[in-house]
Amino acid sequence: MRNKMSLTFSAVSENESFARVTVAAFVAQLDPTLDELTEIKTVISEAVTNCIIHGYGNSGVGDVTIKAVLEDGNVTVSVHDDGVGINDVEKAKQPLYTTKPELERSGMGFTIMENFMDHVTVETEEGKGTTIIMTKEIAQNRAVCK
Amino acid sequence: MEGGAALSLKTELEVKYGVLCIRLEGELDHHTADELREKVNRVMDEQMVQHILLNLGNLTFMDSSGLGVILGRYKRISGLGGEMVVCSISPAVRRLFELSGMFKILRLETDEDYALHTLGVA
Ligand SMILES: Nc1ncnc2c1ncn2[C@@H]1O[C@H](COP(=O)(O)OP(=O)(O)OP(=O)(O)O)[C@@H](O)[C@H]1O
Ligand SMILES: [Mg+2]
Repeated sequence: MRNKMSLTFSAVSENESFARVTVAAFVAQLDPTLDELTEIKTVISEAVTNCIIHGYGNSGVGDVTIKAVLEDGNVTVSVHDDGVGINDVEKAKQPLYTTKPELERSGMGFTIMENFMDHVTVETEEGKGTTIIMTKEIAQNRAVCK
Repeated sequence: MEGGAALSLKTELEVKYGVLCIRLEGELDHHTADELREKVNRVMDEQMVQHILLNLGNLTFMDSSGLGVILGRYKRISGLGGEMVVCSISPAVRRLFELSGMFKILRLETDEDYALHTLGVA
């Protein structure tokens, strides 16, 4: 079965917890382990926080859209903003690289996303926005299918 | 204003024998990190703090915003010649710490009493 959802909300930090809890509740249909749910929550928190802080420069103006698709025991989730975009994605993905050290960012967001998910793709255009697309196979489901 | 019911992070700060014990309960993300940063900085401005002990036993969620705020307090205490010790961490938080190399700078102990003991104060 294929199942999908989408969610659009204001780019404010109050919504970070709402976003990760909502996506985790949707993915719960695949019967993930608690570890997998924690991983999903963490990567959603990373991607959404990036939209708010970097995409929209903490202005509180703008929307974040999350789309999630469940299919064959896999989850694909995209997190999108219409913000400033990223000019050098390879550099941005480096561990400890941050353009906002003054805000005490650790530069670990992309590293965490790449470690906790199977695939991470970045689509971005300067001045237009950024979409992070992440996929993960949910283990429990894999065992059931075989 | 003290954190109201809407905040999903509870912070308990206590200075014990010059060690600032930070006990966190709930979720540490970008939204809750700012207030934690301010609260800890305020105590460090007002009182003599030699070391920091971070008790994460009741922390249910953390992301890179938590790493950032912890790293920031580490820089401040190490600038004063002090140490930062962390105790009671969950497997999920341990994984974040390992990924980001946090154990190179802060020491992990099993519980608060033992951590205080290793700091030579209790
Ligand atoms: N949605 C986005 N829009 C614009 N720039 C972004 C976006 N997401 C990430 N970036 C850029 O990529 C860099 C690295 O992102 P990453 O999440 O790895 O680290 P960080 O957000 O700076 O720090 P941390 O995630 O540890 O708090 C950011 O500093 C920023 O320059
Ligand atoms: Mg980030």
